[in-house]
Amino acid sequence: MDTVFGIQFKGGVVLAADQSNARSILVYQNNLDKVTKLSSHSAMGVSGPNADMVNFTEYIAKNLALYELANDGTKLSTKAQANFCRNELAVALRKGPYQVNLLLGGYDEKDDAGSLYFLDYLAALQKVPYGSQGYASNFCLSIMDKEYREGLTEADALLIIEHCIKEIATRFLINQPNFMIKIIDKDGVRVHSFGGDPADT
Amino acid sequence: MSILEYNGAAMIAMAGKDCVGIAADRRLGIQAQTVSTDFTKVFKMNDNIHVGLGGLATDVQTLHNVLKFRMGLYELREEREMTPQVFSHLLSTLLYEKRFGPYFVEPIVAGLDDKNKPFLSSMDLIGAPVQTKDFVVSGTCTGNLYGMCETLYKPDLEADALFETLAQALLASVDRDALSGWGGVVHIITKDGVTTRELKGRQD
Repeated sequence: MDTVFGIQFKGGVVLAADQSNARSILVYQNNLDKVTKLSSHSAMGVSGPNADMVNFTEYIAKNLALYELANDGTKLSTKAQANFCRNELAVALRKGPYQVNLLLGGYDEKDDAGSLYFLDYLAALQKVPYGSQGYASNFCLSIMDKEYREGLTEADALLIIEHCIKEIATRFLINQPNFMIKIIDKDGVRVHSFGGDPADT
Repeated sequence: MSILEYNGAAMIAMAGKDCVGIAADRRLGIQAQTVSTDFTKVFKMNDNIHVGLGGLATDVQTLHNVLKFRMGLYELREEREMTPQVFSHLLSTLLYEKRFGPYFVEPIVAGLDDKNKPFLSSMDLIGAPVQTKDFVVSGTCTGNLYGMCETLYKPDLEADALFETLAQALLASVDRDALSGWGGVVHIITKDGVTTRELKGRQD
């Protein structure tokens, strides 16, 4: 039921995800943060069972931190991070799969550009200009197909995100009142807005 | 729902006069939904070998990584390049090793052997190989592909004519298949190098 989507713009990436934590007919919370920071300039929007979401993202984030520590501060590019995630998912697939669908977004100083990667639970990886996971795709992909252009500004990208959120609010059966929106650019990963504060216990 | 039809693919490899061509579509789908229109399914392994991997996208990528690794190992040990025959056999063995938990990929291999003669082979998901002189196909519309190839193929086509034949056969076949298409790519391999061309087709 999770909604995750993202758009690349000139100089970065926007990632958005709903904040509902629900199972069957019960909503546990409405302020869950599903866009996890992976490194200084990358983050992952995740959808799937809570256990796999948390375990997988923590595992990846800590391994990326370990790499930096063990390799004299060398940072992995977004492409390298995405391929690392893919490999972990692919190995786990035939042992004990992580049922997580994700969108990995990051900024690389080398190219002064953002990049977005679609990675499904079977470990199929593809670099995309915009993407979405879950039922959201049925509503959002066509909007992004129509409105996306090369060289979008951050403000343009946010407008498209708003448009997608409005569409989901209007047409999606499941009520998702809160969305977390994060921006990744040369200044790192920052929260743009959220509906529910994840810090509220 | 068949696992081999989850993501969608269409590919052909064809032999010409001292050249081979390999073509594939560009769609990455998740059943009915199209996720991307520039997904790579044909990989250059070395100057003489191209492999087309059609089937479940995750296994396409995993198998590509495994093949790159195995090829690298071979070249380090043998201090020479792999020939297409050896590569094809390696691929076949790799697939059969997973006989009771296979990679869901049905590959095609196209290359020029050490005498610069065309080599074509294809196999099923557990590595049963088939070598032909004319063409090999793989994907979610093999019926269409076989029909088009049988009709359009002529032996000993030159590189440019081979490109046209491959392109037309591929485009006509994918247009009748919901799961493949959204563009195409054709590689023509001759002893002088590889020419790659993108195909513009129906974007549906």
